[in-house]
Amino acid sequence: MTARVRALGHDALLWTALAFAALVLSMAELKPLFAALFPWLDRPLYEQDSFLDLVIAHVALVGASSIAAVVLGVGAGIFVTRPAGAEFRGMAETVATMGQTFPPVAVLALAVPVIGFGAAPALIALTAYGVLPILQNTIAGLSVVPEPVREAARGIGMTDGEILYRVELPLAAPVILAGIRTSVIINVGTATIASTVGAKTLGSPIIVGLNGANIAYVLQGAVLVALLGVVLDLAFERLGKRLRRWQTAA
Amino acid sequence: MIELDHLSKRYGTVMAVDDVSVTIGKGEFFAVIGPSGSGKSTLLRMINRLIPWSAGSIRINGEDIRRFRPEDLRRRMGYVIQSVGLFPHWTVERNVGTVLELLGWPRAKIRDRVTELLILLKLDPDRFRGKYPHQLSGGEQQRVGVARALAASPDVLLMDEPFGALDPVTRSTLQTEIARIHRESGTTIIFVTHDMDEALKLASRVAILDHGRLVQTGTPLELLTAPASDFVRDFVGREDYGIKLLSVEAVASRLRAGEAVPGEPIAASASLREALSRMVTQGTDRLGVVDSDGRPLGALHLADLAR
Repeated sequence: MTARVRALGHDALLWTALAFAALVLSMAELKPLFAALFPWLDRPLYEQDSFLDLVIAHVALVGASSIAAVVLGVGAGIFVTRPAGAEFRGMAETVATMGQTFPPVAVLALAVPVIGFGAAPALIALTAYGVLPILQNTIAGLSVVPEPVREAARGIGMTDGEILYRVELPLAAPVILAGIRTSVIINVGTATIASTVGAKTLGSPIIVGLNGANIAYVLQGAVLVALLGVVLDLAFERLGKRLRRWQTAA
Repeated sequence: MIELDHLSKRYGTVMAVDDVSVTIGKGEFFAVIGPSGSGKSTLLRMINRLIPWSAGSIRINGEDIRRFRPEDLRRRMGYVIQSVGLFPHWTVERNVGTVLELLGWPRAKIRDRVTELLILLKLDPDRFRGKYPHQLSGGEQQRVGVARALAASPDVLLMDEPFGALDPVTRSTLQTEIARIHRESGTTIIFVTHDMDEALKLASRVAILDHGRLVQTGTPLELLTAPASDFVRDFVGREDYGIKLLSVEAVASRLRAGEAVPGEPIAASASLREALSRMVTQGTDRLGVVDSDGRPLGALHLADLAR
């Protein structure tokens, strides 16, 4: 029991998550602090939206675009590593690379005239931006499954689907998850620019602050975005360890 | 009964398997032997339809195997390969139970069957059940591989150089185990190897392949005493030909009944080769012979070996 308590004390994920939650909920209480730090500002605290609402909106946007990117990236990665899809592998990688090299800001600028302001164009831009690392890691993960393992799986009577779900995906999971981790963390930061097209995110205080030369707003948004990124990164690390547990069994 | 009927496999202009016809009886230990590239693995992998063939047919108990879904066919046949191919993310228990899981057995029944199989392969169930493949030695891994192949009590066990990657001591132990399992279960075993000694030691019948063609089929003794060609004679070995001959005959065949000899006796079921080895080590020219229960049967003289 005491060992478990001690382990909790060293739990970086737990403490970072608590610090993040505390900061989100008590930002308003810190108004005097910001006033002292930035005495020249009339309004030292971003008050148009509650920070909790901003966090929820931010997480929802990143979550939705990440789920779409996972579906596209893992789906395409599985498809191009099957015999039927092998010839599309080069094309899929090229498209995904274009998605990531095309600046998200430009995607937003192009999407807004077609589908209007708000979260929808941001969702498209973030999804396109997030697919590449997931696709690459899915292909890499599936290709490291040892040939004898594949042969044994076929030889004892697994169907192609059973081989994929029982053998290939579990073995590739840690590598695929590493790709998802990269994709999500990048998009936590990138999602802030969605506020330039009217989506509500943690980028809102940053954009408003930049426009109005209010450095306190920028700081409040940026610190929360960075902390959110750290919390998610630690969570992915934990999950990755769990998926690789069999490798470290002694 | 497995019948290969004018079976051929062509890769471009190369015939990997060339017009092979052979019938393998129920319960046989059938070894397929040949040099690298002789088509022996290809032949084996056609029997569980991992490789499609170009011409001919394969029947099991009179039924063309193309009538079964490949997966169903494979679940009824055990398959063991040289590189083992255990699933690295699963414990020994789950690896051994894989086919049973695919067949939809209930969990408790799988667990009991796995325990039974681990005991059969001389792996302590409590110690090995929860281990992962990377925690096992090469020999233990192949024991698990064999247990996995035997899980659903298959009618046929296909083995592709199963012991080729093991050290000589481990290989010899596992050869003894598979001979015992064959004796006890009566499973038909088709065993691919390039090691003539292994084939002579284990098989009830041996087929020799060269460039995809079946050169000769026969019992080990037939191959040694009546080789069909110079290729077979070279392959079974010229220099230690006499020793190989001794290895396929049992002590019982040269027994002098009733004669008593002091000293440590040899089993009547041991090979003449083992008997010769014992005589040399013990510096004697005669050995007492006992049956499997240790009752004295008679004697074997050095001179009897050359009869």
